[in-house]
Amino acid sequence: MSDSPAIEVTGLVKRFRREILTRDWGTWKTVLLRPFQRQRRRDLFTVLDGVSFAIDPGRTVAIIGQNGSGKSTLLKILAGIYKPDAGKVAVRGRVSSLIELGAGFHPDFSGRENVFLNGTILGLSKKEISERYDRIVAYSGLGDFIDAPVRTYSSGMYVRLGFSVAVNVNPDVLLVDEVLAVGDEAFAHKCEDKINEFKRAGKTICLVTHDLGAVEKFADEAIWLDGGSVAAQGHPKQVIDAYRQKVAASEDAIRRDEGAQPQAILDQARWGDGAVEIEGLRLLDGQGQARAVFATGDAFTVEMDYHLKQPLTDLAFGIAFRNAQDVLCYGTNTGIDRQDLGRAPERGVVSFKALRLDLVQGTYFLDVAAHAKDGRVYDYFKRAASFAVRSGVGDEGVFRPPHAWDIRPQGEKR
Amino acid sequence: MQLGQHLSELYRYRSLVVSLVGRDLQARYRGSVLGFFWTFLNPLLLLSVYALVFSVYFRVQMEHYSVFMFTGLLPWIFFSQVLMEGSGAIVDGGSLVTKVLFPLQVLPAVKVLSAFSNFLLSLPILAVFLLVAGVGLHLTWLAFPVVACVQLLFTFALTLALATANVFMRDTRHILGNLLTLWFFLTPVLYPLTQVPEKYHLLVYLNPAAIFTLAYQDVIFWGRWPRWDLLGAMALLSAVILFLAVALFEHYKEYFAEKI
Repeated sequence: MSDSPAIEVTGLVKRFRREILTRDWGTWKTVLLRPFQRQRRRDLFTVLDGVSFAIDPGRTVAIIGQNGSGKSTLLKILAGIYKPDAGKVAVRGRVSSLIELGAGFHPDFSGRENVFLNGTILGLSKKEISERYDRIVAYSGLGDFIDAPVRTYSSGMYVRLGFSVAVNVNPDVLLVDEVLAVGDEAFAHKCEDKINEFKRAGKTICLVTHDLGAVEKFADEAIWLDGGSVAAQGHPKQVIDAYRQKVAASEDAIRRDEGAQPQAILDQARWGDGAVEIEGLRLLDGQGQARAVFATGDAFTVEMDYHLKQPLTDLAFGIAFRNAQDVLCYGTNTGIDRQDLGRAPERGVVSFKALRLDLVQGTYFLDVAAHAKDGRVYDYFKRAASFAVRSGVGDEGVFRPPHAWDIRPQGEKR
Repeated sequence: MQLGQHLSELYRYRSLVVSLVGRDLQARYRGSVLGFFWTFLNPLLLLSVYALVFSVYFRVQMEHYSVFMFTGLLPWIFFSQVLMEGSGAIVDGGSLVTKVLFPLQVLPAVKVLSAFSNFLLSLPILAVFLLVAGVGLHLTWLAFPVVACVQLLFTFALTLALATANVFMRDTRHILGNLLTLWFFLTPVLYPLTQVPEKYHLLVYLNPAAIFTLAYQDVIFWGRWPRWDLLGAMALLSAVILFLAVALFEHYKEYFAEKI
């Protein structure tokens, strides 16, 4: 294998004209009138803005990024379907793209006929298809259905047949666009096997996916596209971590916007005799920044602004978290925690500081309250705020104690 | 240069062209009871309709009129059908255009060739009619392949240009549908050239569709050799159109996937 990269992209720029997106077709009328118009509309929209990277032969590279970050456009440029507006793209070797499975399948034709048609479209000769036909059919697992018209297939069967043809093209470079997500469990395993087989055979694979688990499993390298440029490239784990952080941050911003609207939580409730009013409420992270999304184990602070309408001596503040199923996860108050508030100022800020928020992933609601030590409620605000907890781990339940696992032979000392 | 590359790409993908033409021909009658037999039945029924109208009701005073009309009608049907379907070839390509990489000139070429195959398959019906009506099969049939090739070249060139234009201006196909009706009546298909006043003959000869229609009528119906000068001029014209159409296509093809 040569030393030159299998895929080499330098300074790639791709713009679309906005009209394409709005489906504003040209007509003969607009064309005829164009010379008379003062200026032509040049409303360009940059999808890829100076993307550069190189992939060595035999590597499996995953391209990740949020929707609209230009992943699929990049893949289509690698496949040669779109032309770059600037920059250079070189792909060395026979390319097979799994961008569209079963392209050109005719619904009225049998699976058999469509295998030949689809194979020809993908660049195989009739002889090559005949040689591979049995393998293709066996791989698709369609059995007798291969002679039924494709229109009678389930969508899974359709994709399986398309995939079987595409992977039997025997490419040097395989471009995959989020197609592995379809199909049942058994087929997903087959796809995995096939990808591993390609990897062993030293093929270059470039895959676009949102399945970060698959990225960690298959990819030697990950490229994170953000807003049309490469935000990070390198070891999958590091790139994924960086990507997750960015996603959490933007999710956080969205949640805070939502949180600013009072209607965001539907079943809020509030009662009390009004001797104390909780006027403001903030969720803060360890740095004192307002947040709505936390990671498991983050520091967590609830701040309440209160106003005493009359002098009170038996005052207590409380908080409680409930999860989406309305299960009380934790609740406490200054009385239970034996905190003496002393003479509370008439207007003040009381804060609850947790060093670690050891909740599992999910959405939580916060209740806050001011009440007397005997339980008389001054102000109880149920579901006053909501926040989300994100976690990279799929553990279940309500809370996650800080923990570790260990294993040793029986009888041995700890 | 560009033309050569365009055509050699088409040639390299000939097996794809053949498969897609086969798909087109088979798909047309897939699921119908008579199946492929419709390829023959359709022109037969069409002929009956025209024969009924023009020989029984409208009584055109011309010997073997229905056979004459049929001679011009078959190539015209091929021509107009290709322009209508072929102009949409790229737009209708859908995911083939946006998601798969192959030379896109394959798509219009497939439309042209599948309609051309249909045309050739209807010739036996025409031959039977010529024999039954007593017109016979003239030796001038030998010139048929030449006429057919010239028409094919002209149709292919025009289809390529229209298919390209239609990607960017979707009105093309609708305008074309109406223009074809006008074009049909300006072409001596339903009437012999002798019915056209002498002073307008030059105008008729400026119409490429008239040239191939007259040539078909010459070699099939009248039993005389076609006007080689006109055919030659038309071949030249077709080559020029093809050259321009290829230039147009090659210039715009990179935007096809984005525009569809």
